[in-house]
Amino acid sequence: MKLIQISIFLENKKGRLLEVCSLLGENKINLRALTVAESDNFGVLRLVVDKPQEATTILKAKGFVANLTEIVAVEVPDKPGGLAEVLRILSKHNINVEYMYGFLERASTRALLVFRFDNPDTAIEVLKANKIRVVGQKDMRAL
Amino acid sequence: MEVKYRDKKIETIDRGALKALQLKRLRETVRYALKTPFYKSRLKKSGIKSAADIRKLDDLNRIPFTTKDDLRECYPTGLLAVPMKDVIRLHTSSGTTGIPTVIYHTRGDIDVWTELLARSIVATGAGKEDIFQNMMSYGMFTGGLGLHYGAERVGMTVIPMGGGNTKRQVQLMKDFGTTVMHITPSYALHIYSKLEECGVSLKDLKLKKAYLGAEPYSENTRKKIESLYHIDAYNSYGLSEMNGPGVAFECVYKTGMHCWEDTYIIEVIDPKTCEPLPDEKEGELVLTNLTRRATPLLRYRTRDIACIYRGPCRCGRTHRRISRITGRTDDMLIVNGVNVYPSQIEAVIMRIPEVGTNYQIYLEKEGTLDKLVVKVEIYSKLFSGEISQIEALKSRIKDELRASIVINPVVELHEPGSLPVFEGKAKRVVDARAKL
Ligand SMILES: [Zn+2]
Repeated sequence: MKLIQISIFLENKKGRLLEVCSLLGENKINLRALTVAESDNFGVLRLVVDKPQEATTILKAKGFVANLTEIVAVEVPDKPGGLAEVLRILSKHNINVEYMYGFLERASTRALLVFRFDNPDTAIEVLKANKIRVVGQKDMRAL
Repeated sequence: MEVKYRDKKIETIDRGALKALQLKRLRETVRYALKTPFYKSRLKKSGIKSAADIRKLDDLNRIPFTTKDDLRECYPTGLLAVPMKDVIRLHTSSGTTGIPTVIYHTRGDIDVWTELLARSIVATGAGKEDIFQNMMSYGMFTGGLGLHYGAERVGMTVIPMGGGNTKRQVQLMKDFGTTVMHITPSYALHIYSKLEECGVSLKDLKLKKAYLGAEPYSENTRKKIESLYHIDAYNSYGLSEMNGPGVAFECVYKTGMHCWEDTYIIEVIDPKTCEPLPDEKEGELVLTNLTRRATPLLRYRTRDIACIYRGPCRCGRTHRRISRITGRTDDMLIVNGVNVYPSQIEAVIMRIPEVGTNYQIYLEKEGTLDKLVVKVEIYSKLFSGEISQIEALKSRIKDELRASIVINPVVELHEPGSLPVFEGKAKRVVDARAKL
């Protein structure tokens, strides 16, 4: 049920983000989610795509510094307090969220969020036990 | 370890006999030097009117130093000691000041130089069965041609590729099973970072040795090159004023470079006071070429910083060893009043595995203060994907640099391949402090 996220080291240089996106586009790789964590002269771009392995190979061949991380995509009820509810459950079970960000597209009435946990397997068990839907690679292709 | 000699008699000559040989050759060199307008007047002032005035080796101290500026002033023929028809080659260097210098060679001079390189190559254990890829520039730069002739004399299979064109270098290394490469350390690191991109893995290569030279680098850089390629890397030393490579070279034990003392007299001085320094003490190398006829040079100040090692080498050679070149007297940077050698910064960078192989030192003014920026590239294989890792890495580099150079640098991390690429001699330092 875990998904793979690509982390890319980017220096803060004009057009670098565009280069990544066009490269993926040219290779028919679909972007599902994206966020940038910035620091003074560099940033780490995090991506969820439909074909992570292929995308990583292409990026590395072009000289990008990329690494794969396991993340969990969680469906959060798209209503006030929806996210809080999910976080409460996680907190109750002592599961740490390192960071999170949203998917680009929404699945109808539910918001899809990317979570990075220190222990993704436990997190998935807890979420499932609490009837919160975790999206797998297959579901994501269908998005 | 197997020790091979090209000329065992001269390489293991007794020190007493070596000194006698040096004296004989020094006299002969002075005889030739006196044929040049420059030395004729310079030596006369020191009371040396003929070769006979050199009675013992210590008389060397009566000879004044020769500097790069002297060479510039003598351009083009002030230091030519033979008729031009006897010259078979010349090498000029343009230098940053714009005033060139020139070194002439007779057939005999080239022959001695070639033989020193053949000797050096054999000392590293290489031989005619090796495939030698020469990745140093040919032409006026002496690194390429020097080793080229030496390698041919040994009977190696020489690939005279010269510098640059990484893709082609890698292709040649693979196609011909190159076993020895002659390369600048910065280029060796660069090529390694490009192997994957070239679609070649280490397994496809038969590399065994690298001869490193032409720019100062740290022991950590050597170790890094050795461990990346799984090879032995040998330090090589030379400068065009002393022919080029082949002044000193490491043997199989890799514990300093044997300076070929049958051809060079080596001294180490304090660059400020010009006083001689004892063995093991670092200072400026001063070299006298004992065999060159076309352009004799006496007590030439190389501006290279190194020391002479005490004690014999396990290989049995009696020619003393010198340390790697740790810097140049003219490389020294003064940052907020503190002396910094780029080599100190490099040594720190090279012992941090998470950063790549390319770096740049950038100096600028921030108000009245100097700002030292050290730019390094991150090593892609060790990137964890987390921003915290990068931050921790930056502070670690910063702390280690501060401990080493006593200055607080700004550390910038860059993507691999984004810093200027050095396919020849490295330009590692950019000084953008306002020059008035
Ligand atoms: Zn030795």
